[in-house]
Amino acid sequence: MSILKSTAQPTSAEFRANTDAMQGVIDELHATVSTIKQGGGEAARTKHTGRGKMLPRERIRRLLDPGSPFLEFSQLAGHEMYDDPVPAGGIITGIGRVSGNEVVVVANDATVKGGTYYPITVKKHLRAQEVAEQNRLPCIYLVDSGGAFLPAQDDVFPARDHFGRIFYNQARMSSLGIPQIAVVMGSCTAGGAYVPAMSDESIIVEKQGTIFLGGPPLVKAATGEIVSSEDLGGAEVHSKVSGVTDHMARDDDHALATARRIVGNLNRVKSIDIDVRDPQEPLFPAEELYGVVPTDLKKPFDVREVIARTVDGSNFDEFKQNYGTTLVCGFARIFGYPVGIVANNGILFSESALKGAHFIELCGQRRIPLVFLQNIAGFMVGSKYESGGIAKDGAKMVTAVATVNVPKFTMIIGGSFGAGNYSMCGRAYSPRFMWMWPNARISVMGGEQAASVLSTVKRDNIEAKGGAWSDDEEAAFKQPILDQYEHQGHPYYASARLWDDGIIDPKDTRMVLGLAISASLNAPIEETKFGVFRM
Amino acid sequence: MFNKLLIANRGEIACRVMRTAKRMGVSTVAVFSDADRDAPHGLMADEAIRIGPAPAVESYLHVDAVLGAAAQAGADAIHPGYGFLSENADFAEAVAEAGMTFVGPPVDAIRAMGGKDHAKALMEGAGVPVVPGYYGADQDDKTLRAEADKIGYPVLLKAAMGGGGKGMRAVTSAGEMSEAIASARREAEAAFGDGRMLVEKLIDKPRHVEVQVFADGRGNCVHLFERDCSLQRRHQKVIEEAPAPGLSDGLRAKMGAAAVAAARAVDYQNAGTIEFLLDTDERFYFMEMNTRLQVEHPVTELITGQDLVEWQLRVAAGEPLPCTQELLVSRGHAMEARLYAEDPAKGFLPSPGRIHHLAFAKEDQHIRIDAGVAAGQDVTAHYDPMIAKVIVWDKDRDAARRKLLEALGCVEVVGPTVNRDFLLALVENEDFRDGTPDTGLIDRMPDADFVTDHAPDRTAVVLAALRILLMRQDAARNRAERSSDQGSPWHQTTCWRLNDEAHQDLILRHGVAEVTVSASPAHGVYALTWAGSLDEGSAPSVSGQLISGHGLEAEIDGRYVSACVVLVGNEISVFNAGHESRLSLADPADTGDEIGRDAAAFGAPMPGKVVAVNAVAGEKVSTGDTLVVLEAMKMEHAIKAPVDGTVVAVHYSVGDQVEEGVDLVEFEED
Repeated sequence: MSILKSTAQPTSAEFRANTDAMQGVIDELHATVSTIKQGGGEAARTKHTGRGKMLPRERIRRLLDPGSPFLEFSQLAGHEMYDDPVPAGGIITGIGRVSGNEVVVVANDATVKGGTYYPITVKKHLRAQEVAEQNRLPCIYLVDSGGAFLPAQDDVFPARDHFGRIFYNQARMSSLGIPQIAVVMGSCTAGGAYVPAMSDESIIVEKQGTIFLGGPPLVKAATGEIVSSEDLGGAEVHSKVSGVTDHMARDDDHALATARRIVGNLNRVKSIDIDVRDPQEPLFPAEELYGVVPTDLKKPFDVREVIARTVDGSNFDEFKQNYGTTLVCGFARIFGYPVGIVANNGILFSESALKGAHFIELCGQRRIPLVFLQNIAGFMVGSKYESGGIAKDGAKMVTAVATVNVPKFTMIIGGSFGAGNYSMCGRAYSPRFMWMWPNARISVMGGEQAASVLSTVKRDNIEAKGGAWSDDEEAAFKQPILDQYEHQGHPYYASARLWDDGIIDPKDTRMVLGLAISASLNAPIEETKFGVFRM
Repeated sequence: MFNKLLIANRGEIACRVMRTAKRMGVSTVAVFSDADRDAPHGLMADEAIRIGPAPAVESYLHVDAVLGAAAQAGADAIHPGYGFLSENADFAEAVAEAGMTFVGPPVDAIRAMGGKDHAKALMEGAGVPVVPGYYGADQDDKTLRAEADKIGYPVLLKAAMGGGGKGMRAVTSAGEMSEAIASARREAEAAFGDGRMLVEKLIDKPRHVEVQVFADGRGNCVHLFERDCSLQRRHQKVIEEAPAPGLSDGLRAKMGAAAVAAARAVDYQNAGTIEFLLDTDERFYFMEMNTRLQVEHPVTELITGQDLVEWQLRVAAGEPLPCTQELLVSRGHAMEARLYAEDPAKGFLPSPGRIHHLAFAKEDQHIRIDAGVAAGQDVTAHYDPMIAKVIVWDKDRDAARRKLLEALGCVEVVGPTVNRDFLLALVENEDFRDGTPDTGLIDRMPDADFVTDHAPDRTAVVLAALRILLMRQDAARNRAERSSDQGSPWHQTTCWRLNDEAHQDLILRHGVAEVTVSASPAHGVYALTWAGSLDEGSAPSVSGQLISGHGLEAEIDGRYVSACVVLVGNEISVFNAGHESRLSLADPADTGDEIGRDAAAFGAPMPGKVVAVNAVAGEKVSTGDTLVVLEAMKMEHAIKAPVDGTVVAVHYSVGDQVEEGVDLVEFEED
């Protein structure tokens, strides 16, 4: 075992400057999230609680085991995406613990547009179900939604990954033995009615929850029948007559207690067949991550400083330490769980890619979960490297990442650019979870590189036609490109669109990874069969 | 000395007698009823024998059963304790006939003192002052009224065979007499099977002072000073002390001498108590003699340094009294408080139930606890609901009184409601403190002194909340230990949230008042804030740990608090600094009544024939009453009242064939 040493000097000017800069982006993150957590605003919240209903985060707190953690997904979903704010995408999702079981919770926030589904709401709901299915976690839906957001019906209703997929997923998961439980705490209209109907077991709050395919206005328009919501689809109707719900609850609190009881009766045992040890805290404080990582992506740093503040006892058994040194690979533990860590320490060369592929093969063979720490500008370019076959070596690593069957976890701690994103298990490579630090950036290439590439092409064009292009003109040409890349490469932009599962404070890295790895072990680790590696 | 002693009793007195017997090398036999299978007295004895079912008449009062047990065990002596068979002359006689020794007075002395009228006459003859009164055989109402007129009102009307305040009435004027006779007689007949009455002068503000006497079979008779038992509630003693406060040496000597004379008058042997009424002018009157060891004997033991049970055994075994009058000295002051499972707020109604937790002050030279029940045991409705006697001694009365406060403050009982807080109020009472107790003191106490369920203060709320938080931590730890990944961060109870602070809530209730406590964990402590109809406040830094049993060592904002917090289900009892508070943890799963019950579902559950109709239109019915019985599919189906209410109409009669869903009755909820 080798214990990592740190060369960080917390009293140095650089360290302090880094800390101040990181603290700045973290403060901004916390302020943003804090606003998002207010949901649909003061008036909507007051109206909601005035009906005796709990706010969605309160519901989740009451549902979970007292004091237990909640790993919330995509808090910034929908952030600045629409004309109106849709805080958290109008739906709160995450993994929590209920009666000792890790479960996925999906809670509509009725204070946000009546809990209706925007396109991002659908995406976030489906992502939560994907997490549940991949990790075999029971789903608890706290339903309080008016259904699809009708003005955006073309982006919500028809496609494969639209509204209908929610019920498809429920049916598929149920068939896989992943329990589906719905708690109807408000409206469940139209398509939404299928959430409880498709569930294995459902609860409804009396005089509060309603379930119907068509609400009273629609019924009146269609058949002329005049009926109240309660008589049409209230708790009495569905618990005594229709059988759509199985349990009646007095109020939110009672309904949540009933859900806890249901989960307690699921007869699920999480059995872990990998070598788990007692956890150990890292030797260095997590807060020092602020100082060791510059927010300026151009400044390099040793990723081992990050690993030393993340893994158990700062113990890291490095693999091929002296080969392909721009990629750091090695074995460590997080909360006692064995992990293989793949971390960038510079640009990717052929050797680094080969080393990465080799290491991923080892982890696949040994059924060891993989953690990717991304800070990658891309693969090396140039004739020497192209002729050296960097494309096929990169392809080997991408093949390994794509086909390895162990749970993968990706943390973008700096830049995530180009094919580097792919080889380091970007979103397209289906990591179980993926998060970004607030200082990170993600795009096909860096803004400056993109602007340079485009201006070079343009200059070549102009000059080929005998024209001239002044430096000022070029700068004016480049600026919008730089702006666009900065805007779209920003983690808020990425997280708003669910390119990841959320933005985290760097000091929470270990906790977030620990919770995620533990949750992922609810699913067995499958054997791996790799694809063809181009030799 | 005896080889084997059977104790024909239960509870604290059985244990008390056994302690001495064991010290003296006498082996002990306990008897127990089915209700006392796991009671401490049985466990403490060298052997224990079942003598019958729970009701006392079939067990502890069953002479043949007790004698049978004694014969079976080969006992050579029987100690009756107090109550039960202790003053039953027939039993004492039967013990002797069976060839064993009855540890108590001679049969004749029991008989002589058993009838109150007879005893008074005897005492008068012996020159012992008695309360003016009528003890005659003529029980005609007219005679009783005439005698009362002669004595002068107010008078006390008492059952001749009475005890424990039954068949007793204070009558202030001639007009009330007839009715009082009738009702007292009814009560006496019900209680003792004997309606004979006696009439006595009612003493104003009397004190109850009794003298412990002891006599052996060799003509020796001494007294072991007096006890003041004035603190009574309906003639049941609550707190006793020795010596009686404020008595002059002359009066004390006079009462002692009178008591010895009384004992000698009936050729008494063994332990006995002469009860006197003492008026405000230092006049005392013989009331009755108790021919047994008294409940309150420990206070005499503590001031004299003698073991009265040892005296009893020695005298019964034919030995002389261990001590002469001259050698007996009274030292310091002793008090005894009787801890009962009863609810002072509900007229001292017995409060039977399982004792989940029981703790007392540590015993030392100042504090003695005579307890006869243990945690995990039930206080049953079959017997006296006394839990323990808390007895203290100190150099003077005030020191003893303070000691008693301290010892009572340490009493912790969870399960039955107890009179602890009432006892504390009594000990704090001004009249008691000043040393002028009288038998009417308790009746004059303010209502607040009878409250058993005090609103919790801030510290109690914090302690209760902390107890729940620690319980949740424990539960998580246990769960972790059972899991296959003990180190999983999912086991943590720090309310971890992404990019946010978090807290956990718990709702505590006291009666209908409630408080929601939010606990935010930070750096190993909890920051608590609470709000609600019960209380409002905050404590920024709360931590603590559970220590052996129910102990809770807490640190609340820099203040150390050592308390006992007992959790039984969702019920929380907080004992802190002598105060008890009861709270309950709200359980959202427990909604009280059934959800979705149909108040008016009286439809036939299936087609069938009406085979019985109990409901009558216009009649009131209670929850669960059967209204109609239907026979269908070879089964009988009863339609029952879901709640209390009134039957408005009955639509079918016996023999009618009904279809599914038709309303059988019309019902109106109360």
